[in-house]
Amino acid sequence: MTVQPTGLADYNFAYLDEPTKRMIRRAILKAIAIPGYQVPFASREMPMPYGWGTGGVQVTASIIGPDDTLKVIDQGADDTTNAVSIRAFFAKVAEVSTTTSTAEATIIQTRHRIPEETLGEGQVLVYQVPIPEPLRFLEPRETETRKMHALEDYGLMHVKLYEDIARNGHIATTYAYPVKVEGRYVMDPSPTPKFDNPKMDQSEALQLFGAGREKRIYAVPPYTSVVSLDFEDYPFEVNRFDEPCALCGAEGVYLDEVVLDDRGGRMFVCSDTDHCEKRRAAGHRGAMASEGTLA
Amino acid sequence: MMTQGDSVSPHPEPIEGRGETANPPLRQAQGDGLPALAEEKPLLSASGVSKFYGSRIGCEDVSIDIWPGEVVAVVGESGSGKTTLLNCISTRLMPTTGTVAYRMRDGQIRDLYRMGEAERRFLMRTDWGFVHQNPADGLRMTVSAGANVGERLMATGARHYGNIRATAGDWLGRVEIAEDRIDDQPRAFSGGMRQRLQIARNLVTGPRLVFMDEPTGGLDVSVQARLLDLLRGLVTDLGLAVVVVTHDLAVARLLSHRMVVMKDGRVIETGLTDRVLDDPRAPYTQLLVSSILQA
Repeated sequence: MTVQPTGLADYNFAYLDEPTKRMIRRAILKAIAIPGYQVPFASREMPMPYGWGTGGVQVTASIIGPDDTLKVIDQGADDTTNAVSIRAFFAKVAEVSTTTSTAEATIIQTRHRIPEETLGEGQVLVYQVPIPEPLRFLEPRETETRKMHALEDYGLMHVKLYEDIARNGHIATTYAYPVKVEGRYVMDPSPTPKFDNPKMDQSEALQLFGAGREKRIYAVPPYTSVVSLDFEDYPFEVNRFDEPCALCGAEGVYLDEVVLDDRGGRMFVCSDTDHCEKRRAAGHRGAMASEGTLA
Repeated sequence: MMTQGDSVSPHPEPIEGRGETANPPLRQAQGDGLPALAEEKPLLSASGVSKFYGSRIGCEDVSIDIWPGEVVAVVGESGSGKTTLLNCISTRLMPTTGTVAYRMRDGQIRDLYRMGEAERRFLMRTDWGFVHQNPADGLRMTVSAGANVGERLMATGARHYGNIRATAGDWLGRVEIAEDRIDDQPRAFSGGMRQRLQIARNLVTGPRLVFMDEPTGGLDVSVQARLLDLLRGLVTDLGLAVVVVTHDLAVARLLSHRMVVMKDGRVIETGLTDRVLDDPRAPYTQLLVSSILQA
């Protein structure tokens, strides 16, 4: 993607003023030092509504440099409004190069997915987080939830999983599935599907989480243990899909359901568009892929 | 024991049939009178506890010992400082002056207000129980009865769903709640059922000391009677020490071995329940006892 130079990046690199970036970097450093702990920070107004990734954008703006390559995904896709807009935003205010390729990116800002391709050392995954507090819907008082984190008083988290099993016969939480980081803090991995939880464990990439409205930053440093909570007799399981991707034939990936018509026609395709495109370019074909086109 | 003019000897040893908490030397010594008493120590010992709300007195200079397996009723009119006293000795309210010591399960005597908060919380959900007057204060109204009972187990490390559920079901049975209500929320329960559920939730970890604040308040007379009957049975079977705050002398008569009468934040009389009710000494106690309506 190329954007005409506007001079905005010279006025102030990456939109935020320098003292703000310094403040956010300090919060990030503390978050990395205490994996899973939610660090409060002075979230700024951004030129976008809350819920569109203001937290992620501020984290990205604070860590991005002129040599970085940025990829932005929204539910795994590079081509949705949110992803395109944020990519264009940084191309304009930081004049960084952008990409849709997971392997080429140094910073990947994500809304609710972790790319299928394994991330490596030196890459940073920035999550947009709507509600950072995993205990929020169980305990509405922030004063109390902070105390619970401080005292490692996490019995309530299992009450939620117990309720799930009692009502549904299995743990029905499929996204924002709570994890314990490095054996200490219970953390909300943002509303990623629980399918992605195992990818967080011992990841080589640095994972940063920014919640703009809630004014919290937290982090999982590389090579950190991330364990999904469960019961001995109801162990953690990831979602399974009955059929492979209809376009690229991939198995063991997270699929989106796409409704095709009003007569019940549907297809399941990779939620990670970059992964799907690369596979098709390499010659893989799914059941509904027409020759020569990219759906 | 009370510091003020208490000529009646305290009730220092467990009542027969409350043997679980009594230790063997004491039992042997029972036949020989009281020599072994010096070895036996109270479970909880408050001395000189005062709480001031600004210049107003909550309770003043109260000293009280709670022995294993005994039920102590704190009675008095509204505003006499009963609940303040209960909160002070149960670490829910920091007293202005005075100390509260507790004999831990390992026999060590600890000052409750010098313990760390994590340790205090652990004590409160393992060795103690607190039954609120309004069950909504002591229950989680939006999670099922089973999870309400199981919460303490999960908070102390139980991670086997089947076992937690079986224990919860067992306890529901013991407080006379039909086992098929295990997945219902307390919102769907009557007042009496909620109160019984709250009791089950507190007793599931086998506490040694339970605090009760007007446990039968707000229930109709027949439900009160059944609840008292249930409480009496549980207290005897489990050998619980109980501090029960009530303005209802009938509750005190039925449940307690020893009584503490409070007025204007001070203890004005104390002694065996039957003695205090049948032969009240302080003028205020005489007034209180004589004001019971005779049916």
